[in-house]
Amino acid sequence: MGYRSRQWFYYLLFSLVGLAFVIRLLSIQVLDDRYKSLSKDNFLKRVVQFPPRGLIYDRNGELLVYNDAIYDLMVVPRQVRNLDTASLCRLLKISPEDFNSKMERCMQNPYRSSVFEKQLSARTHARLQEYLFDFPGFFVEIRTDRRYKTKSAAHVLGSIGEVNDQIIANSNGYYRQGEYTGISGIERSYEELLRGSKGVKNVIVDVRNRTVGSYFDGQYDTAAQAGQSIYTTLDAKLQAYGEALMQGKVGSVVAIEPGTGEILALISSPSYDPNLLIGRERGNNFMDLMRDPQKPMFNRPLNAPYPPGSIFKAISSLIGQQEGVLRPETRYPCGGGYRVGGHTVKCSHGHPSPLDLRGALMHSCNPYFCYVFRSIVDQRKFSTFELSYKNWYKHLQTFGIGTKLGIDLYGEAKGILKTEDYYNRIYGKGAWKGSTIISLAIGQGELGVTPLQMANVMAIIANRGYYITPHVLKYVDSIGNPGPRFEKHFCSVESRYFPVVIEGMADVVKMGTARVAQIDSVEVCGKTGTAQNPHGKDHSIFFAFAPKENPKIAIAVVVENSGYGSQWAAPIASLMIEKYLFPDRETKRKYLEERMLNADLINALNHEQVSH
Amino acid sequence: MNRYRTKESFETGGLDWISLFLFLAMVTFGWMAIYSVTFNPEYPGILDMSQSYGRQLMFIGVSLLLGTALLIIDAKFYSAFAYGFYALAIILCLSVIFIGSETKGAKSWFALGGFKFQPVELAKYATALALAKYLSTYDVNFRELKVKLIAFGMIALPMGLVLLQNDTGSALVFMAFFLVLYREGLPTWIVAMAFYLVVLFVLSLYLEQKEVLIYTLALIAVIAAFLVRKSWKMIGLVFVALLVSIAIVISVDFVFNEILQPHQRARIDVLFGKGGDDYNVRQSKIAIGSGGLFGQGFMNGTQTRYDYVPEQSTDFIYCTVGEEYGFVGTAGVVLFFVLLMIRLVMLAERQKNRFSRVYAYSVACILFIHFTINIGMTIGLMPVIGIPLPFFSYGGSSLLGFTLLLFTLLKLDANRVNEIQSLHD
Repeated sequence: MGYRSRQWFYYLLFSLVGLAFVIRLLSIQVLDDRYKSLSKDNFLKRVVQFPPRGLIYDRNGELLVYNDAIYDLMVVPRQVRNLDTASLCRLLKISPEDFNSKMERCMQNPYRSSVFEKQLSARTHARLQEYLFDFPGFFVEIRTDRRYKTKSAAHVLGSIGEVNDQIIANSNGYYRQGEYTGISGIERSYEELLRGSKGVKNVIVDVRNRTVGSYFDGQYDTAAQAGQSIYTTLDAKLQAYGEALMQGKVGSVVAIEPGTGEILALISSPSYDPNLLIGRERGNNFMDLMRDPQKPMFNRPLNAPYPPGSIFKAISSLIGQQEGVLRPETRYPCGGGYRVGGHTVKCSHGHPSPLDLRGALMHSCNPYFCYVFRSIVDQRKFSTFELSYKNWYKHLQTFGIGTKLGIDLYGEAKGILKTEDYYNRIYGKGAWKGSTIISLAIGQGELGVTPLQMANVMAIIANRGYYITPHVLKYVDSIGNPGPRFEKHFCSVESRYFPVVIEGMADVVKMGTARVAQIDSVEVCGKTGTAQNPHGKDHSIFFAFAPKENPKIAIAVVVENSGYGSQWAAPIASLMIEKYLFPDRETKRKYLEERMLNADLINALNHEQVSH
Repeated sequence: MNRYRTKESFETGGLDWISLFLFLAMVTFGWMAIYSVTFNPEYPGILDMSQSYGRQLMFIGVSLLLGTALLIIDAKFYSAFAYGFYALAIILCLSVIFIGSETKGAKSWFALGGFKFQPVELAKYATALALAKYLSTYDVNFRELKVKLIAFGMIALPMGLVLLQNDTGSALVFMAFFLVLYREGLPTWIVAMAFYLVVLFVLSLYLEQKEVLIYTLALIAVIAAFLVRKSWKMIGLVFVALLVSIAIVISVDFVFNEILQPHQRARIDVLFGKGGDDYNVRQSKIAIGSGGLFGQGFMNGTQTRYDYVPEQSTDFIYCTVGEEYGFVGTAGVVLFFVLLMIRLVMLAERQKNRFSRVYAYSVACILFIHFTINIGMTIGLMPVIGIPLPFFSYGGSSLLGFTLLLFTLLKLDANRVNEIQSLHD
């Protein structure tokens, strides 16, 4: 007898184990695709090639914003092996707790690279470079960061910052965590032109994260497309000069080239040095600026609505003429005040009476414009007062008041202009009329106009009836790309009604309230405004354009809580006009320039408030 | 068959070309895989002794010389020196514990000049010869308990010494000899029980809730008791079996926690997906898995070429096959091994004496254990146990060891016509 038949047990055993292996192999090699991509995750590193961001120049080709290289330490957590945490912490000068929290953040995406430490200093980078071999999973990514050649125009130029989750979600997969995008100013509105497009280089890395070759000879690589450079409409010299003049004052300046709608200067004061919002200290500086009680981050020219004051009289004059209720020779009496019910709108100017339109504009006669206002909003041709008000409202809108102008910068406010519904709610339907809202006649009351809108109104008057959407992009530096077109808008008043208003405004500077704004050899048209406000001193406001014929610049200046329009706003506007029209001319009004440059109204105001 | 041979029948039965072909094919394929993973462009020569591929080529040359020598030596030599080899192997295994050099926690190497030698390779060979010699001794009857115990002892001694060298993987290889004993008459119930215990052990480790296993066993016992309800003796046996099983299930944790070493526990945890650092197995599976049906081609395996897989030229060489030759390559290797093992059993069965048969079975079963553990490990069916894949893995000791095992068998087989039929088979 024997156990010869037991050989079959062995055949069976060997075959079954072999079969089990083959089935397992079939499942992981052929049926399961997962391992192929896992293998790619291992060896294939997609090195993002960041294109240089487009540069920003002023209208004369002066470089304002450029790039500098920065180094981010990246990590792929799954590739980290045998990490000597202590020595890495020493190299980066971070605490172990810091290390842990950073690592934890990166672990959310263990197979992808995340930013471990942002913007290493050149020193740290150089030192780290030597030891990077000891830290598999870590590598340095070179990006560029912004640098500003100028300390001015922070609000126009804007800044770049890290993308947030919302931006990532809305970007169709363009942005990844840790990347940068424009978050304000031109950087934001022209992000897509400036950023160019990222490229990807596929490289093969070994287990120690050393690059050992390119993947398929770079067949799947894409080259980065450099961002396009942008020429802004800003005049860097004018901007800087204006900011210097506005130093120590709270307020705004907007200067527009009337014929093109190009913004020559856009000043918000107090401002900040744009170089504060770059690099590693960006976050801290940002918080400091946000906490600053002077609100340097607040973009006043686009956002702050002011009662326009007397300047509004120019608009009323135009609408009145268009409506046929006012003619240049129309005269109204001024008894030093305009009485409505128990309320009197005073006139402070002490002038001959009765005045015609041009004279009333020059003397800024309050009662005259109360009559004008009432003649417009109390017209008999409308069946109700409400309809009449609505008509007036529409006129104003065509002047860009109470609407967004559509400037190519984010955060534009539409100002304050109330609809009839608002008054219906307050006074009841049919229970209000011209006399109820008489404050509007002199640019007070429920009216708020942003400095941008003010400058735009000046551009309309300078253009005799139209404006082009104000903008900061002059052209894009690439062949075949004309850049965006900006629309021409006509206001509701025909151009034939403008000359008398312009003459009146010329008189204001020649012999009226704004004689301080006269410039040698140029005829300036302007209008002062002294807007009352419940919080402290009046706002000093001045609008102007020059020269009278073929205007080159329209400007609005607001200096908050500083007094009469002629006191601060008019000199500043005038100096800026002169600077723009005659960039190489030394001003003869040195004393005025000095006074403006050196006046520190902010601290004076604070002092005043403390002493109260 | 004629038991009284004439002089003319003293001739060679011929070399088994099938086994020889499979051996050469696998050695060649193995060398290509080693070349592919360790290729260093600075040393492109395939004979460059500073590189793994150069040295492996030399080892292959040496093993072919050794194989030829083994075929030339008189077949009686192996049987005559079986015990001598065994004694030598035991002495070496013992002394390596004290004077050997340590690699990766195992003290199992002798460093001789520039080369290293692992006595366990000799021990496998010597144990196979000695066991064959003992069982073929004419007055030894495996049915006797004493013989069984001596045979077990002959296997357990080198196995224990290898365990003491802290080379658990190689020690497991000695399990192959218990498998051989089944052919020689080890009762089926012992083998069945061994399988049952292994399954029970694995299940106990695998299942989170051991109660479920215990209840299941109890249920099976009740059913079994019902089936044999006529015999009180059988019912008692079922009851005892149940108690023993439950005791084993409960004691598994103790064995796992107290007897196994931490790295072994970790590897078992990884196998069952219970956490732990699965880097090795993960990378190994990724390498094999990414090969797809036809693989990425010679020298194109990124996982293995760029060192993602650990020990890729030795214990994990199968990954390179998987990555570069795909399912076609891996299934081909499995097929080659199964064919070779089956062929060796067929050779064993055509031997006329017990010595050759036991020896042939030993070779087949040793290959089987290596094959199962090594490939099972790379595809995540076995815990990570560091033993080489025969003929493929880089290393002189291992290649020469398997050459020794296989060519001795080829010689015995070629010489079978000259042997006298064993009395008890």
